[in-house]
Amino acid sequence: MKNKNDITLLKISDLHKEFDHKEILKGVSFELHRGEVLVILGPSGCGKSTLLRCINGLEKIQAGDIIFNDASLTQDNTNWPDIRGKIGMVFQNYDLFPHMTVIDNILLGPLKVQKREKNEALEQAEDLLARVGLLDRKDAFPRQLSGGQKQRIAIVRALCMNPEIILFDEVTASLDPEVVREVLDVILGLAKQGMTMVIVTHEMGFARSVADRIIFMDEGNICEIAEPDVFFTNPQTERAQHFLNIFQY
Amino acid sequence: MNIDWDFIIRSLPLYADAVWITLHLAFWGILISLAIGLVCSAILYFKVRGLSKVVKVYVEISRNTPLLIQIFFLYFGFPKLGITLSASTCAIIGLSFLGGSYMCEAFRSGIESVSKSQIESGLSIGLSNTQLARYVVIPQAFSVSLPSLGANCIFLLKETSILGAISILDVMNVTKDLIGMYYKTFESLLMLVVVYVIMLLPLSILLTWLEKRVRYAEFGN
Amino acid sequence: MQNLGINAIFQGRNFQRLFEGLLITMEISFVSIVIATLLGILIGLSRTTKNKPLLLINRLYLEFFRIIPTLVWLFVFYFGVTTALNVDLSGLSVAIIVFSLWGAAEMGDIVRGALQSLPQHQTESGMALGLNHWQLYLYVLIPQAVRRTLPGTINLATRMIKTTSLVVLIGVIDVVKIGQQIIETSRFEFPTASFWVYGFIFVLYFIICYPLSILSDKLEMKWNN
Repeated sequence: MKNKNDITLLKISDLHKEFDHKEILKGVSFELHRGEVLVILGPSGCGKSTLLRCINGLEKIQAGDIIFNDASLTQDNTNWPDIRGKIGMVFQNYDLFPHMTVIDNILLGPLKVQKREKNEALEQAEDLLARVGLLDRKDAFPRQLSGGQKQRIAIVRALCMNPEIILFDEVTASLDPEVVREVLDVILGLAKQGMTMVIVTHEMGFARSVADRIIFMDEGNICEIAEPDVFFTNPQTERAQHFLNIFQY
Repeated sequence: MNIDWDFIIRSLPLYADAVWITLHLAFWGILISLAIGLVCSAILYFKVRGLSKVVKVYVEISRNTPLLIQIFFLYFGFPKLGITLSASTCAIIGLSFLGGSYMCEAFRSGIESVSKSQIESGLSIGLSNTQLARYVVIPQAFSVSLPSLGANCIFLLKETSILGAISILDVMNVTKDLIGMYYKTFESLLMLVVVYVIMLLPLSILLTWLEKRVRYAEFGN
Repeated sequence: MQNLGINAIFQGRNFQRLFEGLLITMEISFVSIVIATLLGILIGLSRTTKNKPLLLINRLYLEFFRIIPTLVWLFVFYFGVTTALNVDLSGLSVAIIVFSLWGAAEMGDIVRGALQSLPQHQTESGMALGLNHWQLYLYVLIPQAVRRTLPGTINLATRMIKTTSLVVLIGVIDVVKIGQQIIETSRFEFPTASFWVYGFIFVLYFIICYPLSILSDKLEMKWNN
């Protein structure tokens, strides 16, 4: 068990989100502490991606509250560009900017949004690239990279903003099986360094080893929150049991 | 077939002047079309209330009526309203009116080609809307629009062939006059075709080359 | 209200004459479109051949009609070909010939594009089922290709209709020419006639072309989904 700060970075209270008159999130609540890794599991359509997108403001919520560093993010005057520098997100389809080189992709945020010194940002970017083993590709264009490489760059891009939390939305779902591991290894490395993360994934083995807590969702509700060993060996709810059975042959 | 080369050489200055006039009018028509197109596509993109409707109506009207009628209307019709415009002005207004809607379409399709996920990706690293437009949307939109924009320029240059109908001394009128006055039908028509090929072929080749460059930059093939 | 220019249109037989002119315009358009479509399909199919010289001729044909403005072709045929071949062709005939050739060139490209855009696996699935070359075309490829040509074809038809306005410049008595005649004869009674007559013709073209535009847009959207 890692030694965690008990500082609550993020508090989600009774979140409600509807889409086209259909309720996707039906009152979701949980807390995220500094240095903690939360993994959200659940069947398709349970709302886990939507939940992530609400946290960084890509989706608007209808009711409930999101409190980050003691400030509510549901106010009308929330400065989202600023918040998004602190809550980073990596997507399933990496979405690097195709018209920019790798290094430009990474530096866009730090230089233009955070207005940092070019040399300082460049140094950090290159350091991060080296750590994921892609420093030699820094002048390449995204189209010249494989899916796994692009995803690792996407993670570096998010990291270079020095976020307090990183959200991962099924980041290995579009990748060929052979390269899934290289991306998950990067995330495991971040967890070891104490990065606070919320991860949505289907990779059960990975979920079990990286998570501090598992949140299991179904149909817009949180059904269970438990530590990974407990969740995987002894799920409390029937829906969780049913879900885990899908992965057994 | 005896080609009167002497006649051709003697008529070159006439054609040269006419080409100059044509290019001059086409240039302004294209420039103003681009400006109109840019503004209109921005209006449509930001869904400005009221103005969006106006732009849509404008695009439909300009797309579905011939340029000839548009400039006849301007040149012969407007004076009856008390607004007398020179032939050149009518020509430029006509070209811009027609071209503007085509350019608007080209810009619009470029902007819409930038996927939502690109925009979300930009938002997620904290870009503001202006920064999003500047660093993510416009560069990508531009390369998608470029082929259409180029094709529109060529289209507008071709359309200048009708300007002779409102007494502009363009290549068509020079040809008609030469045929009428000297009966050198073959030589005049030959010049006519050659002049247009000279004006348009380089542009067409340039456009094809540009398209290839842009496609390579985007997709690497 | 008496001398309002718009009344020039309704004076005497003017309205009827305008519509007769419109009929000429539509006749040119319709005949040309039909010929262009038929020819174009043949040309488009021929683009799939491996015969190099044929492809080259095809390509040159298309490029010539793309680079050189339609009006220039009208002039070339009206003044040139008639003189060269010593034939007396009316403006109407020249118009139909030129428009058909132009339309066929563009149509050929549309057909070729549609055939080439069909996914490779359609051909492969068909072959895997044991269809021979002709059956493949008839049952699998052509029906799908037709769908894909529709928006482009309608778009071409609209452009051809708009371009028929040019035939007045080679003396064809179409709606524009009749409009001009009306303006001439109404010079004294309805001095503002030119505004109204050209405005009316403007609206006429719009009424004809707009529905076609919408149809083409709808088809394109349907196909893209």
